[in-house]
Amino acid sequence: MLRNITLGQYYPVDSIIHRLDPRVKLVATLLFIISLFVGRYTGYIVATLFLLTVIKLSKVPLRFIVRGMKAIVFIMLFAVVFNLFLTPGEVAVSFWVLSITWEGIRLAAMLAIRLILLLMGSSVMTLTTTPGNLTDGLEKLMRPLRVIRIPVHEVAMMMSIALRFIPILMEETDKIMKAQIARGADFESGNLIKKAKSLVPLLVPLFISAFRRANDLAMAMEARCYQGGEHRTKMKPLIYRWQDGVAYLLVLAYFAACIVAGRLLF
Amino acid sequence: MAMGCVVDIIKTKDLVYEYIRRDEEGNVEGITRAVDEVDVAVRPGEFIAIVGHNGSGKSTLAKHINAICYPTEGSVFVDGKDTADEKHLWEIRRMAGMVFQNPDNQIIGQVVEEDVGFGPENMGIPTAQIWERVDESLSAVGMTAHRKKSPNRLSGGQKQRVSIAGVLAMRPKCIILDEPTAMLDPSGRKEVIRAVRALNDVEKITIVLITHYMDEAIFADRIFVMDKGRIAMTGTPRQIFHRVEELKQLRLDVPYVTLLAHKLRKSGVIKSDTTVLSIEELLDSLDIALPVKHESVGKSVNC
Repeated sequence: MLRNITLGQYYPVDSIIHRLDPRVKLVATLLFIISLFVGRYTGYIVATLFLLTVIKLSKVPLRFIVRGMKAIVFIMLFAVVFNLFLTPGEVAVSFWVLSITWEGIRLAAMLAIRLILLLMGSSVMTLTTTPGNLTDGLEKLMRPLRVIRIPVHEVAMMMSIALRFIPILMEETDKIMKAQIARGADFESGNLIKKAKSLVPLLVPLFISAFRRANDLAMAMEARCYQGGEHRTKMKPLIYRWQDGVAYLLVLAYFAACIVAGRLLF
Repeated sequence: MAMGCVVDIIKTKDLVYEYIRRDEEGNVEGITRAVDEVDVAVRPGEFIAIVGHNGSGKSTLAKHINAICYPTEGSVFVDGKDTADEKHLWEIRRMAGMVFQNPDNQIIGQVVEEDVGFGPENMGIPTAQIWERVDESLSAVGMTAHRKKSPNRLSGGQKQRVSIAGVLAMRPKCIILDEPTAMLDPSGRKEVIRAVRALNDVEKITIVLITHYMDEAIFADRIFVMDKGRIAMTGTPRQIFHRVEELKQLRLDVPYVTLLAHKLRKSGVIKSDTTVLSIEELLDSLDIALPVKHESVGKSVNC
């Protein structure tokens, strides 16, 4: 089930986008998301063009990204339907107790476009950046927050450990599930509440094992001289190259264009 | 601390370690002596195997060498430095690297080479030198070809070799391996033991191998047999495995060939009194002329 989600998966090819500094990609994604909420209509055309260019450059097949959208189709439908029927305004179509307003259509369309672009934009980032690079980038970008005593290094370390243990814990879940099924457990039938209840005997051993792993890992890290972020050097330090500077400028140019385009016609 | 001309790399003096069991209110329920007055000395470059059945205190003893556990009584010296002294802590952990049992629970990096670089990163080594050390360590355990892979895609034996490389990158004087092969299949065990022996032979790194597989212990220079927290026997593999009956009382096995030779000796088939550690030695002592003697059946037959 979790295997179908493209969001957060790395697509290993070599491209200009892949080689960019993760900080550039993080900032660009943030600006892209902001631009979706600031610019309107014509702004979306600029955003779509920009996104398609980036996808083309990243060498990740468009089909692959679109397939990742399937996971959120349900949420999107939900949001669109609610907006269609529940927005007050001038009635466009009306039947039984339900009515669709022009404002509703407008809002629903805007929401759908925003959601699609937002998810595609952020999946481009995760598809072109290794999780390790991503956490490194986050750590560096958030470094100023250390002034207000936020343990940035520790949070980044926790994130990367969590990422490393996801496949291990999934495998373990599978094993426990099979062991329980072999002894007559039933995870399939019954209503939602019954299904949720049947997960308890699965979660308890999983948690116990996760704590044991955490304990082992902490000991292994201490044995390898881990003492927090202080005095630590990096095997792969993040260093900006000229391409990253160019990318920053292009992203800023896009951001300006998007806002200007959004104001032009309306 | 000097014994003769060389300083012992590891030395324990009347080492005692007690686990204190507490009930839910925090009152002391009972005290278990995991390590009981252990006095051992390991010389630089030695290959030591510590054997003993579950709960004999062998893992607890190992954790003292890396300063993960501190002595309740007595003291532990690593390269002449007291592990109880806080200011030597990181120096000791660097010098005495530790490899644990579960390969999944000790790999931190998401890429093999990044994991090997974790130790040097923690030590504050400059970037260029980290790469040098990672390259060296990976090639020392024969994992260079897998350096870009995710650890999740490796076999158990390969994961343990990555763990060894991770320790090696800190340039330790001594490596302690706490049952590194317990969770591996036979071919994985073979891989790991081969890598460990190479480090001892080529890089002259002191090895302390904790194991309950006797056929791994035969490669050691000396074996410490532990029972109920005490050192019950010490000696070369040949001396130790000569005492088959005593080992049985400690609920320990001897290698299969050794046991066979022992039984044959008892029934009078074998006359000589030397302990047999490999199939070849068994054939020699049997004194039967065999048409072909396979070269591959040596010490490595089981492991």
